[in-house]
Amino acid sequence: MAAVMPAPAASRVLMSGNEAVARAVWESGVKVAAAYPGTPSTEMLEVISTYPDLYAEWSVNEKVSLEVAIGAAYAGSRSFCCMKHVGMNVASDALMTLTLTGVVGGLVIAIADDVGLSSSQNEQDSRYWGRFAHVPVFEPADSQEAYEMTKLAYELSEKFQVPVILRMTTRINHVKSLVVVGERVEFNGAGFKKEPSRFVMVPGNAGKRIPLMFKRDIELRAEAEKSALNFIEPGSDKRVGFITSGPAYMHVKESFPNAPVLKLGFSCPVPFEKCRELVALVDQVVIVEEVEPLIETELKAQGLKVIGKEILPLQGELSPNVLKPAIAKLLGEPVPVMDSVVPMKVFPRPPTMCVACPHLGVYYTLSQVRNLNISGDIGCYTLGAGHPWNALDTCVSMGASMGVALGMDKGRGEADKDKRVVAVIGDSTFLHMGMQGLLDMVYNKGNVTVLLLDNRAVGMTGGQDNPGNGRDIYGDDSPRVDFAKLVSALGVKEERIHVVNPYELPVLFKTIRDEVKVQDVSVIITDQPCVLIKDYHKLKPFEVIEDKCTGCGNCIDVGCPAIHVTRRGKEVKPNGREVDLAFVRIESSVCTGCTLCVQPCAPGAIVHYAPVSPIQLVKKGCSA
Amino acid sequence: MSENTNILVVGIGGQGVMTATEILAEAAIALGHDAKKTEVAGMAQRGGVVSSHLRFGKKVLSPQITPGTADVLLGFESAEAMRWQHMLKPGGITLMNTAKLVPPVVELGLFDYPDDPLAEIRKCGNKVVAFDATSIAQELGDIRLGNTVMLGAIADHLPFGAETLLDCVLKRFQRKGEKLVELNRQAFEAGRAAVGAAEAAIG
Ligand code: SF4
Ligand code: SF4
Repeated sequence: MAAVMPAPAASRVLMSGNEAVARAVWESGVKVAAAYPGTPSTEMLEVISTYPDLYAEWSVNEKVSLEVAIGAAYAGSRSFCCMKHVGMNVASDALMTLTLTGVVGGLVIAIADDVGLSSSQNEQDSRYWGRFAHVPVFEPADSQEAYEMTKLAYELSEKFQVPVILRMTTRINHVKSLVVVGERVEFNGAGFKKEPSRFVMVPGNAGKRIPLMFKRDIELRAEAEKSALNFIEPGSDKRVGFITSGPAYMHVKESFPNAPVLKLGFSCPVPFEKCRELVALVDQVVIVEEVEPLIETELKAQGLKVIGKEILPLQGELSPNVLKPAIAKLLGEPVPVMDSVVPMKVFPRPPTMCVACPHLGVYYTLSQVRNLNISGDIGCYTLGAGHPWNALDTCVSMGASMGVALGMDKGRGEADKDKRVVAVIGDSTFLHMGMQGLLDMVYNKGNVTVLLLDNRAVGMTGGQDNPGNGRDIYGDDSPRVDFAKLVSALGVKEERIHVVNPYELPVLFKTIRDEVKVQDVSVIITDQPCVLIKDYHKLKPFEVIEDKCTGCGNCIDVGCPAIHVTRRGKEVKPNGREVDLAFVRIESSVCTGCTLCVQPCAPGAIVHYAPVSPIQLVKKGCSA
Repeated sequence: MSENTNILVVGIGGQGVMTATEILAEAAIALGHDAKKTEVAGMAQRGGVVSSHLRFGKKVLSPQITPGTADVLLGFESAEAMRWQHMLKPGGITLMNTAKLVPPVVELGLFDYPDDPLAEIRKCGNKVVAFDATSIAQELGDIRLGNTVMLGAIADHLPFGAETLLDCVLKRFQRKGEKLVELNRQAFEAGRAAVGAAEAAIG
């Protein structure tokens, strides 16, 4: 991505929280920024990479990205790292020791919580990491705050030599709102100073750092007490006051404009005295936080009389719709009912795979092979769990398809004795966390067929580059991983490694069917690019000849969204069985000519699209 | 809060719903308003439902529109316009593209696509103006102009003049050449005219 001219200072810009953080990172003079893409955090690094005068990278996973940021911060520079909530589970090993060494140059870790699960396998509250690792947590409520808090986080980080977590949620990351931007200030670090007792965390050294960490906690709490990020808005209606953090603050203000509110922007460690002040101000205090009752639990442990998740949900996003009725009930007022909030019944429209996606053929094939238990993974291939393929049986976490498959193999009961175990994983996911699982599988002599679907991109998050496609975050050339060699180096036998074109269904079918029969680890690599990236090239589109289509519906089972049913019917077979027919048409304007649907079409009804030229149209018109 | 204008733009991943909302937000900001824009999209890139919320006014707090408070619903697809009716405030208006995009679950015969979404929407008593934005775009030579047609359609249903919105649309295409700017101007005006005509017909 080429660097662009950043907007001049004092501009009013419409920015998402992600863009606002990126701008603040750049303005703070950060030198190194690293991440692995993950919704809703991805754009932070994407945007950072468009700014000049800093280094950005897509790391292979979140742990590595944090390690890179740690190194830069040790070296005295300011650094940045971001991830989605589940990413911190991966990076936490480094975090838990980083908290002991601390940093020299400022280090900010932005964690994006997918509250409401727009595209994640779980909903988790990253604020716990602040408590677990004894590091401060900032919680912005909109883009302007995300921008300002990022800059303040660097100051706090250096003042206390501690990494700072910027906890964001989908409603901050992806909401666009006004930001008034500032200027970039160069940060000149002191360079790396050797100090083994601090940076080499062997037990003897680490043991001495732990008391310092607890001491720091006390200082940080005092800092939170006086921080301008934690403020009380007195309000006039003293019946209920609110203590709130993050975007929940906006919902509180929207719902109860006259209520006293304590907004915690610097929410960990919790400033207890500030909270006591609010409690003294009002009749009752309700804690409004997304998702878990963290602040609530801490305040209750302090003996403060507060209410929280007794009346508010433990899951999903908060909104005025949730808050207003809950508080009305608490006050014994009539619960407001909104007019016309009953939605009309309309079919569901779940996400589907793209037209011509190289995974279509793989899932179609898997849906045609019997007796498989299929362990799936994160990413676009998770979509294979949906219709029409229904070709995934599990999906736990990134890279887990490998270990889960081995466990299904080793732990099989009598009922599964004849079943074959298949694991499906994507290229980026394999490089992120799958490699170790495959190594384990080979080492422990598993009996699993691994489908490594290499589409040369992190497809689900928008096609970012990774070591599998030979490009870095700037789009420049970089060495490209050879998956066949890589899996061979992990110990998979040469004769068990196959590279196939996922658009050649007969070859794919035969390879899968043959390999699942082998009592060994096999790896079948498919090697066609994601249709969203520039490596993908369209071919001549297809159309359906109406008279030839028998309505068998075989092509529909491939699952390409370019195929549409024009009419349905029924047919009675010679043996008396009644079958459903579905006659189809191809939307030639979007068909890329991948040939997947052509292959199962027996009567040859799918042919290359021959657009009718205007001249022919006129002639047709004449003859009619 | 009632001082804010709430606009809900709905459709399917890939139709340009989010871009359209962003342009509307830019126009609001250009006129000095505070504005917030958010989506409920998830993995929408892959053909899922997208609903994009825009709120603007003196000061916007929550970015989401509370159900039953949207002033205008701009529907890029018929069934989606129907799906989001509950977001409209009483007396709110729906501007909808009559095009139908049928999802795979319907093709597979697992669900039915409503026969007449427009009639369903009318049944709940809401004001609705329907026009074929996709055909208008196709006639202008590129289906991708549909986005601009939709923005033209909403132009006269905003608390500010159509000119600012048109400026914001055209600004996006300036770098891509005069021809594209002109095409988008035509698309915008065509959308605006289509809604005007349809409204006149309703009376
Ligand atoms: S984004 Fe790429 S990998 Fe994902 S469904 Fe589309 S084509 Fe397939
Ligand atoms: S050839 Fe068939 S499967 Fe491939 S893109 Fe065209 S319609 Fe879809």
